[in-house]
Amino acid sequence: MNANTRRLGALLVLGVSALVVGCERPPTETVQRGYRGTGMVGVYNPRTVADLQAANKVPDPTPAAESGGPSAGTQFKNVKVLNDLSVAEFTRVMVAITSWVSPKEGCAYCHKGADLADDSMYTKVVARKMLQMTRHINADWKNHVADTGVTCYTCHRGNPVPANVWYDDPGARMAKGFAGGLGDQNMPGTKVGLTAMPNDPFGRYFVKDGPIRVVATEPLPGAPGKSIQQTEWTYSLMMHMSESLGVNCTYCHNSRSFAEWGTSSPPRTTAWHGIRMVRDLNVGFLEPLSGVFPKEELGPKGDVPKVSCATCHQGVYKPLYGASMAKDYPELGGAHASGK
Amino acid sequence: MSMLSFERKYRVRGGTLLGGDLFDFWVGPFYVGFFGVTTIFFATLGTALIVYGAAIGPTWNLWQINIAPPDLSYGLRFAPLKEGGLWQLITICAVGSFCSWALREVEICRKLGIGYHVPFAFSFAILAYVTLVVFRPLLLGAWGHGFPYGILSHLDWVSNTGYQYLHFHYNPAHMIAVSFFFTTCLALSLHGALILSATNPGKGERMKTPEHENTFFRDTIGYSIGPLGIHRLGLFLALSAVFWSAVCIIISGPFWTRGWPEWWGWWLNLPIW
Repeated sequence: MNANTRRLGALLVLGVSALVVGCERPPTETVQRGYRGTGMVGVYNPRTVADLQAANKVPDPTPAAESGGPSAGTQFKNVKVLNDLSVAEFTRVMVAITSWVSPKEGCAYCHKGADLADDSMYTKVVARKMLQMTRHINADWKNHVADTGVTCYTCHRGNPVPANVWYDDPGARMAKGFAGGLGDQNMPGTKVGLTAMPNDPFGRYFVKDGPIRVVATEPLPGAPGKSIQQTEWTYSLMMHMSESLGVNCTYCHNSRSFAEWGTSSPPRTTAWHGIRMVRDLNVGFLEPLSGVFPKEELGPKGDVPKVSCATCHQGVYKPLYGASMAKDYPELGGAHASGK
Repeated sequence: MSMLSFERKYRVRGGTLLGGDLFDFWVGPFYVGFFGVTTIFFATLGTALIVYGAAIGPTWNLWQINIAPPDLSYGLRFAPLKEGGLWQLITICAVGSFCSWALREVEICRKLGIGYHVPFAFSFAILAYVTLVVFRPLLLGAWGHGFPYGILSHLDWVSNTGYQYLHFHYNPAHMIAVSFFFTTCLALSLHGALILSATNPGKGERMKTPEHENTFFRDTIGYSIGPLGIHRLGLFLALSAVFWSAVCIIISGPFWTRGWPEWWGWWLNLPIW
């Protein structure tokens, strides 16, 4: 072997190892999502799935409480949402919330001193709004959460602030004017699966009612079509959904026509309602808390923390792999719904 | 039947890999050989099975005829004929006839005493096909991962399989393969244009020789690879394109389950930033 051959060999080994080091190893698992041969298939790494499953264990429910007797609204002062529950149910929910949301901080995370009716801590005001939101989801968004429902744990998982909330993105610090102006894209974005798509699609679709459909409906250009940038925003949103649910595009779409409902799979309908649900929660429950949160809880542009698909799903196609905690906590459920 | 002048060199006995003298004969201008027989067998059977598949299917529309592989639930087992078994048999026939054809090419090369460049190049095309319908399904554990046999249906498969990894253009091997495909086209267009220019001189001029051709490219891009070199380069570019295509699909699934954009995380995580 002469020096050139050795050098070439070393380069080859380097190249191959770079490719291998960046990759995963077989065996991998696949799930068929459409008619055979369409290529609508979910691809999973069983090692990653095992980690996700471990992270998505549901805590054991506490024993159910008696529903009879005087209601919490009459027995306690300043109960505004859960006032229809019995005292036993009310206490059970309070204990459960503490273990779901503030296990380390305890009751004192929301309640100031011995006076449990005192509203002076902002966390208590937020918690009240969140309870209304939970009941609203379970009662009015069945076309997204079905009978599985949600509890505080679906998002919080033991954190006072859920791990996956979002704020308006101020964008990277760039030179102004002609030299800068990347239009929020061309940089790998963590919200959009490390693609170079526009990095912050959330405000456009999860607060405002931005148009998502960009596929042309006519064979030839007639009426002004959707811009490339608009298409990229849609793709950003789709990347976020894919990452949040741990699924690929074929989970909902047959890519021969992304727009056509007839060849899409049923989860696309659920997802359609999901986008509207997230928007409803951000506009109806989180943004109204603008004056309530202290400065340190707000984003760099001074906005409140908001929800996206990832807030509940956390990398799984159904939050907590579809385990229903809400059925063990009817106190948070539709039957008790009091609306906004 | 009379022979053309060059056929004297071609029509020589021997050089067979299998069957000895048994199939070492010609039918008209065509060499038969053992692998000619197997090619005819597999190709005829495979085509008949495709026609049968079309006959039991919902349409005779050439664009829409679809012979799909089995459900993933069959794994690596045989499926019933009408539920993907047909696809499995057709795949066997296809692999059988493609490989037979390559080996027949080898026998002809041996008769002619030339190198194996032609069967070598063709075997890359076979490699690409076998990677798609045999190697990758084997690694993923189900024949259902092969692509369906149909003009439109296989395109849908390509599209959906790409979208399984969100954005296939971020697949590093796909990037290399596409670059080689484009470079093949560039080289072929430069070469083809050059030959057309040299062999179609203006009125009253003589046909140009490689000296002119070399001078043209030395003047335009500073280098001429030469009449032999361009064919070596062309072969290398074309085979590299096919080879990296095979790599880009074999790593999608067995060696990578997430979106390809995410694969580049190693680059973003380099300590140099």
